Amino acid sequence: MPNLASPNIASPGLAAVDSLILLIYFFFMLAAGFSLKPAMTTSRDFMQAGRAMPGWLCSLAMLGASLGSLEVLGMGAVGAQYGLASVAWFTLGSIPAMLFAGLYLMPIFYGTKSGIVAADAKATSIAPRSIPEYLGLRFDQKTRVLNAFLFATMSAFSAGIALYAMARALVALHVFDRISESLNLPPTASLLLAMALPAALVLVYILLGGLGAAMYSQALQFLLIIAGLLPMVLLGLKKIGGWSGLKAQVPESFFRSLTQMSPGSAHSAPHSAGAGFVLLLIGVGLVLGGATWCTDFRMLQIPMAAKDARSARRAPINAAALRIFVPLVLVLPGLIAVRLPTPHTSILVFNDNNVISHEITVVPPAVEAGTGLVPAKADASGMPVIGANGHAVLDYAMATPNVLPEFLPTGLLGLGIAALLACLMAGVAASVTSFSTVFTCDIFQALLAKNSSDKRLLVVARCAAAGGMLLAVAAACATIRFNSLLDAILLVFAVVNIPLFVVLMLGAFFKRVTGHGAFAGLIAGAAAALLHHGLALPLGAQRGIHGGWIAVLLHPASEIALGLETAIVAFVVSLLATIVLSAFTSAKPESELNGLVYSLTARPQTNAKWWKRPEAMAAAVLLIAIAVNLILI
Amino acid sequence: MFYDPRILLGMMFTLIGTILTAFGLSTRTNADVYAKSLGINANLWWGLVLLVFGIVALTLGRRAQARLENATGTRKPVENRKTLPKKSRIR
Repeated sequence: MPNLASPNIASPGLAAVDSLILLIYFFFMLAAGFSLKPAMTTSRDFMQAGRAMPGWLCSLAMLGASLGSLEVLGMGAVGAQYGLASVAWFTLGSIPAMLFAGLYLMPIFYGTKSGIVAADAKATSIAPRSIPEYLGLRFDQKTRVLNAFLFATMSAFSAGIALYAMARALVALHVFDRISESLNLPPTASLLLAMALPAALVLVYILLGGLGAAMYSQALQFLLIIAGLLPMVLLGLKKIGGWSGLKAQVPESFFRSLTQMSPGSAHSAPHSAGAGFVLLLIGVGLVLGGATWCTDFRMLQIPMAAKDARSARRAPINAAALRIFVPLVLVLPGLIAVRLPTPHTSILVFNDNNVISHEITVVPPAVEAGTGLVPAKADASGMPVIGANGHAVLDYAMATPNVLPEFLPTGLLGLGIAALLACLMAGVAASVTSFSTVFTCDIFQALLAKNSSDKRLLVVARCAAAGGMLLAVAAACATIRFNSLLDAILLVFAVVNIPLFVVLMLGAFFKRVTGHGAFAGLIAGAAAALLHHGLALPLGAQRGIHGGWIAVLLHPASEIALGLETAIVAFVVSLLATIVLSAFTSAKPESELNGLVYSLTARPQTNAKWWKRPEAMAAAVLLIAIAVNLILI
Repeated sequence: MFYDPRILLGMMFTLIGTILTAFGLSTRTNADVYAKSLGINANLWWGLVLLVFGIVALTLGRRAQARLENATGTRKPVENRKTLPKKSRIR
């Protein structure tokens, strides 16, 4: 057998050893659920893992939860599109926020350790179970319930989008072909299968073991993501000529492409490119940093389940230390993908014992039109989509999945695909457990049944997890039908998380901020985000879900620029609304804010030497992160 | 009762590492399999790395678990790590 001249993207299905590794992975996910089932006796055991998790597990689980399918595919995509500089983007966007959350926010959100399982809000005032519950304690019920509904919607929707995004990659890699063939399913059903199977697995282990099982498996999944993708990165680097081969060629300046104004709209641009650059940096800090690591309950539920306040504080800081190197592993596959030769349809003629045979490798036209291993987006007939500038529109999200079968031999390929499944499942599990907790504490208990027994709460929490997963699958099915929903994710994030970030930060650090102010801030921020999205349209995009559905007044340079600008608008409006309304309403007395505002929270007393304190650790992590990125750029 | 997560983690990586190493050994003469991975027997080497990682995690986890059970279960004073037998059985 001669080697094929061109790499075959549409590689055949998995060998037995690959499937065996996948099955082992599935088995251990279920084992995490079954082994923790006996520990689930109270609703706190289910929703908060009994507040008994060691700090290092929290760190690994946070990293696992932060690497959902959108993040992993997205990092590869940005790497393919913008080059090595995007590593700095991801690192410096997230690490300061993680350190801040660990140093200053976790003492407030974690509260004090208490074994009391209380049904009413007064007694739980020591330790909120969720971010909406914290809002209820710090502000008032209406803020809590509003945020609970917004958060529940967002987490179900984003879990659905994550399911769809990764299922598409899994179908392209023919992961579930054997199962769908043996069941005689039509080809369209394989996408549904690729969504339903991981969703069912996640649901089973969450129903059995709650947040504890989710965290055990997230830690496992994080290690598996690294174990599965690192060999691919190392082999890919060797292939393209090591580090120097990587730095040799930079595709396009990331920063320029974000701030650049096209000639047609230059006169209508209100600010120069320089000012735009600064604004966009703030936007990235908000979206990737603050609104994720300091706000999002999907992340914060993990350190809030730590066994003590010290572990809760250290968990995000230790996670940040590991996180410095994570973008490197996830961005490099994208860089490698664009540097490999593009596959073409080829006919190979060879003479074997005087028998002339042909070997034809057929490559779909959309793949041929791509750059390297990044295929072009295909329309309904399979032909490449051509953009306004005459070049094919590339489907960057497929960069990482396409490099996988290129380098990994049978055996390791199974591990690589398990890694892709792991990031899908870790992210979805974080959404489902947080949905369940928020629904149970802040919708069911706060509105429907204030005095329900703990047993009932446990049942409700399990039902809410199942309901959240059903909503997620419904959202994923809607995304199959309306592909453009995928682009709505940044808008939903800006509507829900950016105003919440403002309100949480103001509430946690300023005693003067009032409940009415916070409520107004949440609503005004969300409304401003929607309004801005309705008035702005990126160049060359269709009106509708991409923006401009009210009228087109603004022209951001790209989709990412639109998303970041929307986030900034939401931030500013929400900040103003909260401050102005707080000034005109009366604040809560200090006696009611004990432990809820930073200045009224007991500092953990440590006699440790200065270099053992979390502050020193955080400073070291920040310096190392900056140093690593200076070397890269 | 929550148990030490390193036990679960170590078991998975030990198992996967063993399979990859065994598969790597059985295919070490087969050049076709490793044409993709630039002629390197990636299964064997990465399998060994994962195997070592898994065994270390499993050992540490079992020791911690044994200490925990000694401390909470039988109310004995916490034993020094070095005085524990190397393969202390849990369960």
